[in-house]
Amino acid sequence: MKKLILTAAVLALSAGMGMAASHGKTIRLGTEGAYPPYNFINDKGEIDGFERELGDELCKRAELTCEWVKNDWDSIIPNLVSGNYDVIIAGMSITAERDQIIDFSQDYYPPTASTFVAKSADADLKGVISAQTSTIQAGYVAESGATLLEFATPEETVAAVRSGEADAVFADWDYLKPIVEASGGELVVAGDPVPLGGGVGLGIRESDKELRDKLDGAITAMKADGSLNTLLKKWFGEETVTY
Amino acid sequence: MFQYCADPSSLDGLTWLSCYLTTAKHTAFYVSFGTVLLLLAVTAPAALAMGFLGASAARSRLLPLSVLGKGYIAIVRGVPDIAFFLFFVIALDQGIEYLRHIALCPDWDQPIRQGNDFLVCPAAKAPLGTSPQWVHEVYGFGLAVFTFALVFGAFAANVLFGAMRAVPRAQLETAEAYGMNTRQIFWRILVPQMWVYALPGLSNLWMVLIKATPLLFLLGVEDIVYWARELGGTKTPQFTDYPHGDWRMWYFLFLLVFYLAFTRASEIVLDRVMRRLTRGQATMGGEAQRKAAA
Repeated sequence: MKKLILTAAVLALSAGMGMAASHGKTIRLGTEGAYPPYNFINDKGEIDGFERELGDELCKRAELTCEWVKNDWDSIIPNLVSGNYDVIIAGMSITAERDQIIDFSQDYYPPTASTFVAKSADADLKGVISAQTSTIQAGYVAESGATLLEFATPEETVAAVRSGEADAVFADWDYLKPIVEASGGELVVAGDPVPLGGGVGLGIRESDKELRDKLDGAITAMKADGSLNTLLKKWFGEETVTY
Repeated sequence: MFQYCADPSSLDGLTWLSCYLTTAKHTAFYVSFGTVLLLLAVTAPAALAMGFLGASAARSRLLPLSVLGKGYIAIVRGVPDIAFFLFFVIALDQGIEYLRHIALCPDWDQPIRQGNDFLVCPAAKAPLGTSPQWVHEVYGFGLAVFTFALVFGAFAANVLFGAMRAVPRAQLETAEAYGMNTRQIFWRILVPQMWVYALPGLSNLWMVLIKATPLLFLLGVEDIVYWARELGGTKTPQFTDYPHGDWRMWYFLFLLVFYLAFTRASEIVLDRVMRRLTRGQATMGGEAQRKAAA
């Protein structure tokens, strides 16, 4: 396994020299690296999480050489389209709006619920709600009549609730769960969960049908032999929705 | 890094901190300071060179050259930095790929723009899709340096253009009277004397350049701001050995101190350079130095 070091070019220079370009095509996987447990940067400074393991496994099965790239969430689709990387693997829900611009693989994470988290269970869910920019959650809040407070990173959406700037944060429950558990009662779930989106899939350029079919095949295989369910349970807990 | 760091949850106080601050992730943070310094070290001379070319062109007697120089100064100075950075880097990247595409794949029959997608043949990708990650990072850094040099070059050009005009006309006329040609006057009389007039403006520009380095982050280069934000964010115990709350304030405070220290050090150095350049000049500063020595 080639070690992926995403730091300054200087450091990468020394580590990257060993990567021989003997293989044909390298597929570049773009992720955000700020959305645990889907994807995050671990203590070693490497991309880690459910999607890291999934992506590596998919590449192995599809016999592709893959390389990981970090990109900010709000420019993740434009940079895919302009060819900076070939696949988005960043907890991106499949929606009709996004499907007009890019293509999606089949879902590798079933449609789940998004949740409001606030300082008290009876928080005003029609008040100020924080959400990450260009997410389905931000779209939902905007339509719900509440005041939407957008942030570029998921981290900031939660910080806004802690500081009292927002009444509640609206995000994937999988992302909020570890934060609620670690907060020691400071943050709690408010209101009912809202089912949103059509599951999480890989984002691929519309012109890249061949790549999409290859990765789709690998996902089907992982669903069939249960290895995807094992991964889901490992990262999202025993009670998570599986295939 | 240290032996006792194997189980961080059992540690506390300074021992914990010593382990926390030496994780590989923090090393990446420290290395990113090198990235910023490297950017400055490359960009400052490049911008100065661009500025020199721009200023020389602007005061040229050939009309097209002078229009080109003045146009460059006016356009780049007039567009907001951020807009320029966001637009120019994408345009430059696609421009390079487009030119390579035309040169390398003459028999490619598919359109380059398919809906939203910008598609050139695989051989024309810059860098190649098969290149390792470090090539992509060096390429991105190169684009950033070029953009910085272009933007700050325009400001430098304006400063140098003004400085060239500030050199007393009598000096140039005297040189002419001695029979020097235009080129000799430019290199022997004008350029050595203009620096003292240019330095206040250039030092200002250097300060702005130091403070503009966080724009690197906008260009996708992982600089100190990216790592400060990433490291400072809340870390839950499930995903790290070093859980902590929202520490972004402390990381950003550290950046603030770093930038302050860096600009202060620059000020001290620039003051010295100014004293050196003033020596023997027909300016108030030069006159004061002469009197103090006498």
